[in-house]
Amino acid sequence: MKNDACLYWQALNRALDAELAADDDVIVLGEDVGLYGGSYRVTEGLYARYGEWRVRDTPISESSFTGLGVGAALVGLRPVVEIMTINFALLALDAIINMAAKIPFMSGGQFPMPLVVRMPGGVARQLAAQHSQRLEQTLMNVPGLRIAVPATPQDAWWQLRQAIRSDEPIVVLEHELLYFSKGPLDEAAEAPPMHRAEVCRAGADLTIVTYSRMRELSLRAAAQLAEQGISAEVIDLRSLRPIDWETCLASLRKTHRLLVVEEDSRFAGAGAEVVATLAERAFFTLDQPPRRVAGEELPIAYNARLEAASIPSAPSIVAAAREICGQQPPEEKS
Amino acid sequence: MKVMPGYAQQGVAENDSALLSVTDKKRLLREMLYARRFEERCYEAYVERKIGGFLHLYSGEEACAHGVLEAARPGYDYVMTSYRDHIHAIKCGSDPRKVMAELFAKEGGTCKGRGGSMHIFDVEHRFMGGYALVGGPFPLAAGIAKGIKMKGGDEISICFLGDAANNQGTFHESLNMAKVWDLPVLYVCENNLYGIGTRIDRSTAVQDQYKRAAAYDIPATQVDGQDVEVVYAAAKQAIEHVRSGNGPYFLELMTYRYRGHSMSDSNAYRSKDEERSWLKRDPIHILRNRLIDSQDLTLSEFKDMDKAIIEEIENEVIAYAEQSPEPAVEDLEKYVLAENDPYVHGGAS
Ligand SMILES: Cc1ncc(C[n+]2csc(CCOP(=O)(O)OP(=O)(O)O)c2C)c(N)n1
Ligand SMILES: [Mg+2]
Repeated sequence: MKNDACLYWQALNRALDAELAADDDVIVLGEDVGLYGGSYRVTEGLYARYGEWRVRDTPISESSFTGLGVGAALVGLRPVVEIMTINFALLALDAIINMAAKIPFMSGGQFPMPLVVRMPGGVARQLAAQHSQRLEQTLMNVPGLRIAVPATPQDAWWQLRQAIRSDEPIVVLEHELLYFSKGPLDEAAEAPPMHRAEVCRAGADLTIVTYSRMRELSLRAAAQLAEQGISAEVIDLRSLRPIDWETCLASLRKTHRLLVVEEDSRFAGAGAEVVATLAERAFFTLDQPPRRVAGEELPIAYNARLEAASIPSAPSIVAAAREICGQQPPEEKS
Repeated sequence: MKVMPGYAQQGVAENDSALLSVTDKKRLLREMLYARRFEERCYEAYVERKIGGFLHLYSGEEACAHGVLEAARPGYDYVMTSYRDHIHAIKCGSDPRKVMAELFAKEGGTCKGRGGSMHIFDVEHRFMGGYALVGGPFPLAAGIAKGIKMKGGDEISICFLGDAANNQGTFHESLNMAKVWDLPVLYVCENNLYGIGTRIDRSTAVQDQYKRAAAYDIPATQVDGQDVEVVYAAAKQAIEHVRSGNGPYFLELMTYRYRGHSMSDSNAYRSKDEERSWLKRDPIHILRNRLIDSQDLTLSEFKDMDKAIIEEIENEVIAYAEQSPEPAVEDLEKYVLAENDPYVHGGAS
């Protein structure tokens, strides 16, 4: 199955399939993951293949089925809990933050925590305020958790499998608008470390650090910037906890300019962490104050225009990049 | 699995005062038919891409909201529900034009295009919101009831929710508080047998939801949710219980949604036989046929009514929603926080 193009959801589906097949201790839990096949099709076919003891439809009880996943992990199962959307993870934060992230530490290392919690999130299409959240900032502030943010089918395949095999509690943040995006998948290729950032476009004038769906927008912006004579390097973080600072620093030594692009709202967010740490570690390398293009400080409106105005777009990334590079925003094209 | 009536009647007796007049029945028939046509028009508007996001339709369940709220005081009692909320808001008194405009994401909508289908709010008619998170409203409704009780009013708080929502911790926590503090709240479970694609027997240990209220010593009734008169009679007694200071009540209505869970759901998990058996118990047909049998209505009168409703929805509701402007992007930051709050901005002590 070399360089087979597939959709993001299919890559996740194959990753689950591979791990369920490889290890009887792997189980999948979540609302409508079984008979229904998952609301974004990620668990399609798995119930038929592995049976309901391993691919289990749960009641609508996020707090408790996530906690149940923690308990199952305590005795050696490797649960993959699907929270239907990240918005509902707010009900499961006790299990994730108070339990999964702390038991290994509180027990003095007696208990590993081979738990994966998958959750689709982000701003999709007019799903309104209670269904458009990006909670990476909330989860990033939890020592003891790892957070993977795959943006491509290849990363989805690699990172979900790594997360399942790892003995640490890992949240996999998937983006609702990425499920039907297509990309190459080489199942046999060797995976980089789960937290390793990827330089997905090389450039010399500025470094755009981004993750998840904003990777695609940043790459689009970088292509437009290239036409305008600005060479942007784009880094996809792939992991928000820990963050691969070395890859970012190496890029800054080359470009001396930093722009962070995040869909989550600006205040105390992922971008704030990236900018603060890189400013601490590379202050004298930077030629310009770092900048962030981020979601507005707003709940997301149902109206499509307001929704679009609340999150970054390729033009807003281009405009910020030009400013950092000392160029005025280009004339509006009609 | 039990899907047909023969439901338990627990905690209430038959009561003649709970009967509807012919005039009321005819009005209810019109309201339910209006609700159906409204929802089916939403379906079309979604296909036409006038409505976006998640859209959950109430077709098939009309007798629930109508029967309960007919027995309550809509616009006076406080009502909240889940994302399947258009019809509850309209029965509480919300202008259907504004509800449709909200679905069209327009400034003229109940929430100025910010909330959308799942989040209708209408303070004027005490429709306290549609909420997207399953189980979210249980405690809020108890809180409203606490407010009513402390202020000494005779309103009640009514919380509609689905069967699958009862598996959230908030259900148990809220029922417990409601009982221990004797709060004036009526919980109405619209049991349509499914939470998205999971049938109730696959998710829920006790399938008769009314039995679960017994764990909190809350009186409860289970009735046929397809017959608006039955719903009305049960709700009337439940509401009398709550309004006269006896604490919470739990009403379970057995019903069925005719459409998929939301627009993206094809209903593949339900059998055609099951669907057909419930279509035979269409709440609108049940009432219509009864009125025809008692010679209070003719089929042609019904058809005229239907035609008039379809025209009204097109000419008034859809037209209003189409014509209403979109929110201005300059107003993006409006309503996030209260403007001019003197306490946070200084100047008041
Ligand atoms: C906390 C939470 N978990 C999961 C969901 C996804 N979800 C939306 S509706 C639904 C099913 C709810 O079923 P039920 O309560 O029976 O109401 P119905 O839709 O049948 O009216 C689910 C799982 C959600 N919106 N909120
Ligand atoms: Mg239901």
